[in-house]
Amino acid sequence: MQGIRTIKSDLITEKIAQMCIESNIILPIDVAEKIEKSILSESFTPARNILVQIKDNFNLAKIKNMPICQDTGMAIVFVEIGQNVHIMGDTLDNAINKGIAKGYTEGYLRKSIVQDPIKRINTGDNTPAIIHTSLVKGDNITLSFMPKGFGSENMSALAMLNPADGIKGVRNFVISSVIKAGANPCPPIIVGVGIGGDFEKCALLAKQALLGDINTPNPDEFYANEEEYLLAEINKTGIGPQGLGGKTTALAVKILSYPTHIAGLPVAVNIGCHVTRHITTII
Amino acid sequence: MKEISISTPINKEQIKSLKAGDSVLLSGTIYTARDAAHARICNAINNNEKLPIKIEGQIIYYAGPSPTPLGKPVGSIGPTTSSRMDSFTPQLLKLGLLGTIGKGSRSDKVVDAMVENSALYFVAIGGCAALGANCVLSCDVVAYEDLGTESIKKLVVKDLPLIVAVDSYGNDYFKDGQKKYLEGIK
Repeated sequence: MQGIRTIKSDLITEKIAQMCIESNIILPIDVAEKIEKSILSESFTPARNILVQIKDNFNLAKIKNMPICQDTGMAIVFVEIGQNVHIMGDTLDNAINKGIAKGYTEGYLRKSIVQDPIKRINTGDNTPAIIHTSLVKGDNITLSFMPKGFGSENMSALAMLNPADGIKGVRNFVISSVIKAGANPCPPIIVGVGIGGDFEKCALLAKQALLGDINTPNPDEFYANEEEYLLAEINKTGIGPQGLGGKTTALAVKILSYPTHIAGLPVAVNIGCHVTRHITTII
Repeated sequence: MKEISISTPINKEQIKSLKAGDSVLLSGTIYTARDAAHARICNAINNNEKLPIKIEGQIIYYAGPSPTPLGKPVGSIGPTTSSRMDSFTPQLLKLGLLGTIGKGSRSDKVVDAMVENSALYFVAIGGCAALGANCVLSCDVVAYEDLGTESIKKLVVKDLPLIVAVDSYGNDYFKDGQKKYLEGIK
């Protein structure tokens, strides 16, 4: 077939395995730098001591080649597949799950997944992953991997607001969700906010918001301003690092939006801890 | 920052001397147990079955470490969210549990039971699991091995940095710390 690029599934497996290990050991540079900066801007001494400990920890993890946090997460994978790609060998999902099993086993990463939410038997290799696939132009595969810890995931929330609630309603929901989460999600946190779409789309947007560089504002000025406003308001709550008081409750607020129905205003808050990990590779 | 060194076994006198907000370096033997192990322990208590470890006088660390690499005493280890254990904790305090280690705040019921039984709740800094591993001298599975990371493990630690989050008088450093910060910036 002309113009079609064949990619072996083994290559996807190999890349995913590498990404599992690297992402759990090396904190993304944008998050690491933001934590370092927060040490300088934090005026409350106990809070500053905690932030220094957090910095020492991610530096030590890198030097010692070990996971930053023992919760090496549930494996979340976003895949953008060029429409001119043909995957040969395993199905995409199988290739990814093989990579997860390999990476989590060879990398001494924690296996935190149970086969059934009620019966709760550990699967033993951290599979299955949660896989979000989309088709795009071109002949590449872009793999983004996010090991998501559940201390922060558990504190996430979703609301189906009324259109009349408007941006004020969104602000109230985001801030009250962060206050309710308190110390549990390991602040300083990164707050992913999804606005619009439907029930599951806004949750997905909130998760995707945690994938991007935390220094890149929303391209729409209105939402970029909201990100700044919400960050300032959250950092007035006094929750602070680990919930023990201080200015540094959140490192960033990231918003993604999507068209929605005339009757609705869905909003979702997905919270990331101070070890918000993500890594992207292009094949 | 003044750090107070304490070693296990701890006694009631030591417990009463520690106050919410104190920084502590803990050494000695402690046990890990989190969600699944708590469910099993409390189920055993309710059925009058023999418990896998003696609860009296112990400190339980809510932690599920990452696997131990070859040649190391333990993998990365840090605290998990304590509130998930809140429904089990009063029962264990009644049996003489002296301390718990985790992250995040506790329910009023747990705090009340801590006051009643003179116990402490410490926090370790969540997500600082490489630093945590540095303080562990040994890690051995002692019960519920089938639970993997959630099994009960005996840890011998040296100078594990902790903060007293709730003391035996019921003072809660989550509330006090946040209040202190907010009053300071007024």
